[in-house]
Amino acid sequence: MNDDYLEIRGLSVDFDGFKAIDDVDLTLLQGRLHFLIGPNGAGKTTLVDAVTGLVPATGLVRYRNQDLLRTKPHRIVRAGIGRTFQTATVFEGLSVLQNLDIAGGVHRRAWRMGLARRGTPSYVAEALETIGLAGLRDRPAGVLAHGQKQWLEIGMLLVQDARVMLLDEPVAGMSAEEREQTGDLLRRIGRERTIVVIEHDMDFVRSYADVVTVMHAGKVLAEGTVAAIQADPRVQQVYLGRTAEEADHA
Amino acid sequence: MKQLQNWGRTWGPLLGIAVIAIALLVVAPAVLSPFRLNNLGKYVCWAIAGVGIGLAWGRGGMLVMGQGVFFGLGGYAMAMHLKLEAAMATGGPDAVPDFMVLYGDGTMPGWWAPFRSGAFTLAAIVMVPAVVAAVLGWAIFKRRVKGAYFAILTQALAVAFATLLVATIKQTGGFNGLNQFTVFFGYNLYDPTNKRMVYTIAATALVVCLVVVWQLYRSRFGELLVATRDAEERVRFLGHDPANVKLVAFVLAAVMVSVGGALFAPITGIISPSDVDATASILLIAGVALGGRALLLGPAVGALAVGFGRTTLSETFPDQWTYFLGLLFIVVVLFFPAGLGSVSSQVVGRLRTLLPTPRRTPIAAGTDALEVAP
Repeated sequence: MNDDYLEIRGLSVDFDGFKAIDDVDLTLLQGRLHFLIGPNGAGKTTLVDAVTGLVPATGLVRYRNQDLLRTKPHRIVRAGIGRTFQTATVFEGLSVLQNLDIAGGVHRRAWRMGLARRGTPSYVAEALETIGLAGLRDRPAGVLAHGQKQWLEIGMLLVQDARVMLLDEPVAGMSAEEREQTGDLLRRIGRERTIVVIEHDMDFVRSYADVVTVMHAGKVLAEGTVAAIQADPRVQQVYLGRTAEEADHA
Repeated sequence: MKQLQNWGRTWGPLLGIAVIAIALLVVAPAVLSPFRLNNLGKYVCWAIAGVGIGLAWGRGGMLVMGQGVFFGLGGYAMAMHLKLEAAMATGGPDAVPDFMVLYGDGTMPGWWAPFRSGAFTLAAIVMVPAVVAAVLGWAIFKRRVKGAYFAILTQALAVAFATLLVATIKQTGGFNGLNQFTVFFGYNLYDPTNKRMVYTIAATALVVCLVVVWQLYRSRFGELLVATRDAEERVRFLGHDPANVKLVAFVLAAVMVSVGGALFAPITGIISPSDVDATASILLIAGVALGGRALLLGPAVGALAVGFGRTTLSETFPDQWTYFLGLLFIVVVLFFPAGLGSVSSQVVGRLRTLLPTPRRTPIAAGTDALEVAP
């Protein structure tokens, strides 16, 4: 194994006495699609917030010998850790191309920011192909369909060279077809990256997850393959009970 | 067609700058009387400041309510030099400015001495506001102070700065400010040819500032600045510290405003606290808001128009002109919040929604959206 993994040890987030994250240990390895599931309020998003420097936390989050809890948010991004948000946050007024380009700061020296873009940088062209939006490159991001916006966000992570991608509900609100495309996209780019997906949709989790971590009340409840997780009685009790019903609908 | 569009987007604004350059540098000197030309020079100085405010406020989203401070830093630096030049022209190399004899004991504070040098003065006009803005901006933006708090803070600075100037009559001329300049870097200011030269310098400075922001707005930094204005937290997760992005724009804006102030002193022959206080700062912003703060040419044209309007209205209606100005702003803010420069695009947009077009015209490269204020 190489050292391309994200290690979380004893991570806690305290909101005025309320433990949103309570002593969580997690190791996220490269090349696996890692899913983070759990009921609402389990602390999944807060975990991502803590890792990316959005909320203060205690414990240890280490990536390539760098302690992320002592690193500023934009430096964490520069270290190769990118995230998306539950609602797509692309720059609606900018074109698809500009959205991708603006994420490419890691490829540029500061003084070159004063120059206009000429042509399409190779890393942007590559990301456009990967996310399948090459035909829409000059469209304003605001007119994209919901699913396309999420892909654009993933593309922005590709451009910013994120080795670790933390995706907060990327397929929420997507059609079945879009979900499948997203899953395949994640598989493709996940081979050489560490990808963590927060997800509620159990069908999606079953189809694409290599590893699933179940969170409940700020703690890690169980971790393993989808089958192992579904067989775990504790998980069934707090979480899958409800999802099993949902699965019956589907 | 698309190539033509792209070409227009890149070079169209330069054409606009060229029109302004010809109007200010060729047409105006030919048709205006020396008195009117000098008045225009004054508006040009406000326009230079306006370009800086457009950069910080229109593109950067920082409502800079106290740019009078930087206008004053440049203005007073220049005025101190001119004051010393005037004194030295009559009283020899060690002469001190007249007001120091009048109000004080005739000794000059040590920090005035370097301003005997023209080169030092020019450097100070650029460096002092840059350093002040950098320190101030660093403290403000790293602490993530923004919105109304930022506006109030900068406004308070302008008030404090003007109060300080009034209180230090022996060092800065106090309420009267600095005036009665006779020489501008060796050129006699009573000679109309030299006055015209100062005007030409100001007009050239305005054109240079416009070209600088044109390049800035089309650069990656320009895109990043707008992105920071619209979604600061999102920019953080692109790997940029938004504080640094804003800081660069804030410092550049401060330098431009300072240059405007520096040229204001020789053109009007006076710089006083009333040129740099809160009211003056708001009038600077007013021109920018009127013209369109996020547009390239809007701030400059707006500032010129407000300057012209102030003079014309105050000549015709000495007592009521401020009401007209106020009314104009109410109308603009109500109907054209993005400034008068956006009227045409607003009308086109309205028409587009009214006409039943089968498909929306694809907007290439998104620069149209960039032109619209938030």
